[in-house]
Amino acid sequence: MTTTVSTPTTSAAEPHASDRATAENRLGLKLVAPAVVMMLLVTAYPMLQALYLSLFRYRLTTPGEKQFVGLGNYATALTDSLFWQDLFNTVVIMVVSVAVELVIGFAFAMVMHRIIVARGLMRTSILIPYGIITVVSAFAWQFAFSLNNGFVNGWFQWLPWISADTNWFGSHWPAMFAIIVSEIWKTTPFMALLLLAGLSQVSDDMLEAAQVDGATWWQRLYKVILPNMRAAIMVAVLFRALDAFRIFDNIFVMTKGAQGTESSSFLTYRQVIEQFQLGMGSALSVLLFLAVLLLAFLIVRLFRVDLAQARGEA
Amino acid sequence: MRSSEVRGAGVGARRRSVALTAVLVLVAGLLAACSSASAKPVLTWYINPDTGGQDAVAKRCSTSQYTITTQVLPTDAGQQRIQLARRLAAGDSSIDLMSIDPPYTAEFANAGYLAPIPADLASTFAKRSFRSAVAAATWKGRLVVAPFWSNTQVLWYRKSFVKKAGIDMNRPVTWTQIIKTASQNGGTVAVQANKYEGYVVWINALVSGAGGTLVKNAAKGVDATISVNSPAGHAAAGVIEDLAHSKAAPADLSVSTEGTAGTTFGGPTGAFMVNWTYIFHNYDSDAPQVAKDIGYTTYPRTLPGRPARPPYGGIGIGVSKFSAHAALATQALSCLTSPTSQGVNAKITGNMPSSAAGYQYAPLRKIYPANLLALFQKSLVLAAPRSVTPYWSDISSALQSTWHSPTSVNASTPQKSASFIEQVLQGKALL
Repeated sequence: MTTTVSTPTTSAAEPHASDRATAENRLGLKLVAPAVVMMLLVTAYPMLQALYLSLFRYRLTTPGEKQFVGLGNYATALTDSLFWQDLFNTVVIMVVSVAVELVIGFAFAMVMHRIIVARGLMRTSILIPYGIITVVSAFAWQFAFSLNNGFVNGWFQWLPWISADTNWFGSHWPAMFAIIVSEIWKTTPFMALLLLAGLSQVSDDMLEAAQVDGATWWQRLYKVILPNMRAAIMVAVLFRALDAFRIFDNIFVMTKGAQGTESSSFLTYRQVIEQFQLGMGSALSVLLFLAVLLLAFLIVRLFRVDLAQARGEA
Repeated sequence: MRSSEVRGAGVGARRRSVALTAVLVLVAGLLAACSSASAKPVLTWYINPDTGGQDAVAKRCSTSQYTITTQVLPTDAGQQRIQLARRLAAGDSSIDLMSIDPPYTAEFANAGYLAPIPADLASTFAKRSFRSAVAAATWKGRLVVAPFWSNTQVLWYRKSFVKKAGIDMNRPVTWTQIIKTASQNGGTVAVQANKYEGYVVWINALVSGAGGTLVKNAAKGVDATISVNSPAGHAAAGVIEDLAHSKAAPADLSVSTEGTAGTTFGGPTGAFMVNWTYIFHNYDSDAPQVAKDIGYTTYPRTLPGRPARPPYGGIGIGVSKFSAHAALATQALSCLTSPTSQGVNAKITGNMPSSAAGYQYAPLRKIYPANLLALFQKSLVLAAPRSVTPYWSDISSALQSTWHSPTSVNASTPQKSASFIEQVLQGKALL
């Protein structure tokens, strides 16, 4: 009986919900249409132009020697060890910095979420590095690691591999370490901010229920907090990973790509801006764009987050 | 009440008329300003940053016909090239005059960015300038920029150190000698070996000093012959390898620039340094004891039997082809690069004149000892400019990639760099 009654109710509600959803979708499309048109004008044109330019050997200062090379630029880039070395550097910087930032950022988010005394002061203090322009923070860290006037050598001389004469920018891995430290310092607050938003969405009721059931702090963290923050963590990791993949400023200021510390963005910059090789630079930009797309796809798949579910649509 | 309203109306009317008059005066003033501006053009000179020398010259050379103002470019020579080239490629008419670093002159001229200098002016500029300055300012047989100042490097040393070490600086010294002397006596040899143009300046001087060149037939552009893989290239690599692995290498060798080399030289282990002319007065206020201890001599030899070929640097002034006042800007070149202007600039900045006549500027003799001024001029005669090619930027960056860091330089470096440069020029390798 109940079933008989409830079935028509459900079937009657479905077309209603569907109509509403369709109408909402239509309204949504109308609302975003101007933005989409604007975005196409602003982004699609340069992207298509880059795609076109990437088929030429074309140097800004010798425009008369423009030559169609088809996919030659892509072939040169993909068979060049420098391209892969720079891609490897980029991935190393991205993976290490995002992993460290995720841990530290989560700790900061917990502090910002739970703190009762001086909450505003604490949140502001944690967020300060993110408010500093990247170039400025890169210079600050370059000075910090500098052999002549930096504090790092002085403060950490008690470590066996650091001395007053340690030249951080004199070889590959120490220079990479300095760059990664600078990156982590600068953007951990951003990660913390995104995680704080996720943390505040975890229901206190669930946590209280878990506590009443006798769950320890760790169990509450692993069984309640983290699973409920999955969408927020994904967004944080996605944003930061894509951001880290584009790393440029820190490297430009700290090493100018010396000691094999170039990233993919830096390689593209040098081709387009320094060498005026518009064709090769465009090819590298296209490859960079494809890499970013692939990365975003992999991260979304990795976290298995249903974005529709995350928006509360299902 | 009524009378006050009337008074108020009167005050209001007066205020309106005062405001109207003020607006009219302002508009008239602006119109006058516009008309005077159109009557007297402003020539914009894009300059490399300095301590006010080029600004003083711009003021000095402003006439009743035109005013010259300056716009400062970035500090780094490579960044100066980038900014100028990007603007010029876009046909920016706001650039009238520009200070161009010698290695990029050919690129700008080849791209058609420079207005031609009339033959009579070019002849005057060429006749009065040092040969190295003329070579650096010439592309395809024509003088394309007016030589303004010409820098060169000399070997600076600490008099107390060489006295203790017992080395005779009155005779020509080789790189091997100074590296050995410094390492045996706890001193350092400060050079420029960061991954930047300054490092290529050193490499070029070493190769030239051994009788070689980095590039032959540079005018052929991408088809030029890369000649760094030669006995001279190997001699240059040998010097860098020696220094990088000796005790005389400063700890910051791989990131050293003109500035850090100056700091190392002024420090407790400072012994020798190769650096530009302006370094002489660097220690006057901060470290007077160092200033008193500075000695100088000709740039070190790469090989004992061959004369040194010191680096050549400087600035040539070019006129933009896209300038709205190209004729006036070309006319202004005469004053801007006159021996007196060169002297004025040298007095303020320490960047030396590009002509012997510029060295006659009396105030210079009060600031620099006569034998130092003579040494600068002798060095400019010996100096080896970097190869004049529109592809210098590629060649330089490729050299930086293969010769940096100095500790990685060995006997195989010249061969590696030669094949890499060739690949880069043919578009077969990423730079």
